[in-house]
Amino acid sequence: MLKGRDVLSILDFTKGELERLFETAFEMEKKGRGKLRLLEGKILATAFFEPSTRTRLSFEAAMLRLGGSAVGFSDVGRTSLAKGENLADTIRMLDAYADAIVIRHPIEGAAKLAAEVAKSPVINAGDGSRHHPTQAMIDLYTIWRELGGIDGKRIAVLGDLRYGRAATSLIYGLTSFGIEKLFLVSPPSLRLRQEVMDFLGGKVNFSEVENVGEVIGDIDVLYVTRVQRERFPDPAEYEKIKRSYRVDLGLLEKAKDSLIVLHPLPKVGEIDLEVDKTNFARYFKQAAYGVPVRMAILSLVLGAVGRLNDQT
Amino acid sequence: MTKPEELVVRRIRNGTVIDHIPAGQALNVLKILGVRGVEDFMIALMMNAKSSKLGRKDIVKMEGRQLIPEEVDKIALIAPEATINIIKDYRVTEKMKVRLPDEIEGIVRCTNPNCISRQPREPVTPSFKVISRNPTLLVCKYCGTYVSHKDVVAQYAALAGS
Repeated sequence: MLKGRDVLSILDFTKGELERLFETAFEMEKKGRGKLRLLEGKILATAFFEPSTRTRLSFEAAMLRLGGSAVGFSDVGRTSLAKGENLADTIRMLDAYADAIVIRHPIEGAAKLAAEVAKSPVINAGDGSRHHPTQAMIDLYTIWRELGGIDGKRIAVLGDLRYGRAATSLIYGLTSFGIEKLFLVSPPSLRLRQEVMDFLGGKVNFSEVENVGEVIGDIDVLYVTRVQRERFPDPAEYEKIKRSYRVDLGLLEKAKDSLIVLHPLPKVGEIDLEVDKTNFARYFKQAAYGVPVRMAILSLVLGAVGRLNDQT
Repeated sequence: MTKPEELVVRRIRNGTVIDHIPAGQALNVLKILGVRGVEDFMIALMMNAKSSKLGRKDIVKMEGRQLIPEEVDKIALIAPEATINIIKDYRVTEKMKVRLPDEIEGIVRCTNPNCISRQPREPVTPSFKVISRNPTLLVCKYCGTYVSHKDVVAQYAALAGS
């Protein structure tokens, strides 16, 4: 049962629950662009303590498509927090106003605190560098949708695996599926954190590689994330490694024809623009899946999915 | 039979003996118990005693002081192999090994400064799952950061210095 559940980490969900979510998202996709009335009369609060474009807008779009309404803020400077209110009190207020709360916060564990304080379901839209479960659900859904399943796939995750919450959450999410191989491709200073590595042990067959060229011919999915300049104390070091984390047509020459390239977006140069036009590129589709997947999440946690088939 | 260390520190009549503390950690054990030496009971502290099990060990004896279960848990954080002896009338009436519970709350601070449990004015009690007991390894329930035996010792050592 997903009704009333918080969505704090992708690890809170079993494979069966994720598959149920995918099937619901697929149903939502099939309903097209029409407006459903599944969440009529319900209000979603979006509390964005950190800037976001697609996560916030796709949650709000999802809520509106389900017939509900959305209220919220994305500029902390204009809220009581600027006056020094603590997070717990802000959440208590939102809890009184809305039926579910979506929160993004720069502090790790903020969503868990929000869930402890709120009676309504809390959905973590990214806290610090740890969890971004709904992004992982979209990423997994994209693989499921584009390749017909996740089990048995060979997957490489490229970029900042240390601080990137999308990459970390996807890696956690993949442990629920029987993937054949996971390649972790990152500069040494941005390797996966030890606690995540320990978690993978025994659950997933994985290896760490420094150069994506070594594995490009051997994978079904290439998940690319940004390697941010500001993570490198020495700009020269960044300039040195930047090229090895760039995906271009030259690299993809060695790829299987069926390879799909994903990216949580925004991308800023780590994927050559030429790649956008190829059949490898699925990141825009992935971003578009954000709405049906978030529609599925909202309707499941608010207990409205049973009524889906009554909707035309 | 009189043990060699009893030639250095005499037996106590009533109270608690904490034995098998890793060498050098006795002061941290006192610190974790909140014992500052200004209390009205007698404390005997022996450091670097010979031990067949640990090579070298520390021992703390407290005359007239009993431990409550939460205190025993705390000791397990920095002395995972410690034994607690309850002494009545010079005799050991009870002997127990410390054991960390599966979860601990409030007595350790998360080492991640960006964790919600480190933010002032938020109603959060630092909480950890125990992953390993010897050596101690905890994981923060809020942010997932590992807190090691070394981190815990450093936290109490910093307190002891303050």
